[in-house]
Amino acid sequence: MKSARRVLGAVWDFVVGEDPRLALAAIAAIGLTALACAAGLAGWWVAPPVALAVLWVSLRGVRPG
Amino acid sequence: MFGLALSVFLACAVEAVEAFTIVLAVGTTRGWRAPLAGVGAAALVLAVLIAALGPALTALPLGVLRVVVGGLLLTFGLQWLRKAILRAAGAKDKHDEEAIFRAEEAEAAAAPRPAGFDGYAFAISFKAVLLEGLEVAFIVLTFGANQGDVGLAAAAAGAAVLVVIAVGLALRAPLARVPENAMKFSVGVLLTSFGIFWGAEGAGASWPGGEASLAPLVALVLVASLALVAEIRARPSRPAVTG
Repeated sequence: MKSARRVLGAVWDFVVGEDPRLALAAIAAIGLTALACAAGLAGWWVAPPVALAVLWVSLRGVRPG
Repeated sequence: MFGLALSVFLACAVEAVEAFTIVLAVGTTRGWRAPLAGVGAAALVLAVLIAALGPALTALPLGVLRVVVGGLLLTFGLQWLRKAILRAAGAKDKHDEEAIFRAEEAEAAAAPRPAGFDGYAFAISFKAVLLEGLEVAFIVLTFGANQGDVGLAAAAAGAAVLVVIAVGLALRAPLARVPENAMKFSVGVLLTSFGIFWGAEGAGASWPGGEASLAPLVALVLVASLALVAEIRARPSRPAVTG
């Protein structure tokens, strides 16, 4: 049980990393693109601002040392 | 194809520099037999992983593959980019290969030495190469599968490892002057851009001009990232911790 949890933790760290919001940004960027395309819009413009906006949010509280 | 080879080469070179520092510290302190066995064993595990998962990924339908690969690359790319932006803006310490080398060397010298095979040296080298190599294997698999050329991606990774080993052996020192953060920054920009491009394509979008829109997309991500670095640098510094 403990080792399974450790493996899951390592996979989580490897894929999701320090800020889970970035993983959510990837899902949101692709999901919103799919929604835009399903609505008949050209969805290519959706993902870049979503990804870059969440990157900015993820770095919002940061201050140089 | 050039973007694929460049991304894999840069990502692999950065990870190889980090693994090389650790293997060099262990090898020069405790002898080379066990560390080299550790490197070989880890390389074998990574090669098996790529050989096993590569065909499985390429067997997926293209739309599904692009959503999966795009999503993973975007997640991974944003992580790399975030760390590189933090380091470039002075909000996170940069990798210091000299300091890591000295710390690993001290630990290796202090660890007990067995009479036979040096399990410590084997384990440290194996772990270093496997952990650094997993990120590279992931990039090789995702880029290679999506472009239908895992072989080219693996060759670019292999070339990067050979270059790092050749330079490292020539210098017989950790590669402290390699611009690691600039390379990580570039990889982050490329992974994020390819992730956005393929993810959106997988979701059903058609990019204006097809693959030609990759160049402006890379430029957009690069400019936005550099702007973030400048914006963080302009923020007030953290107060110094005293006492």
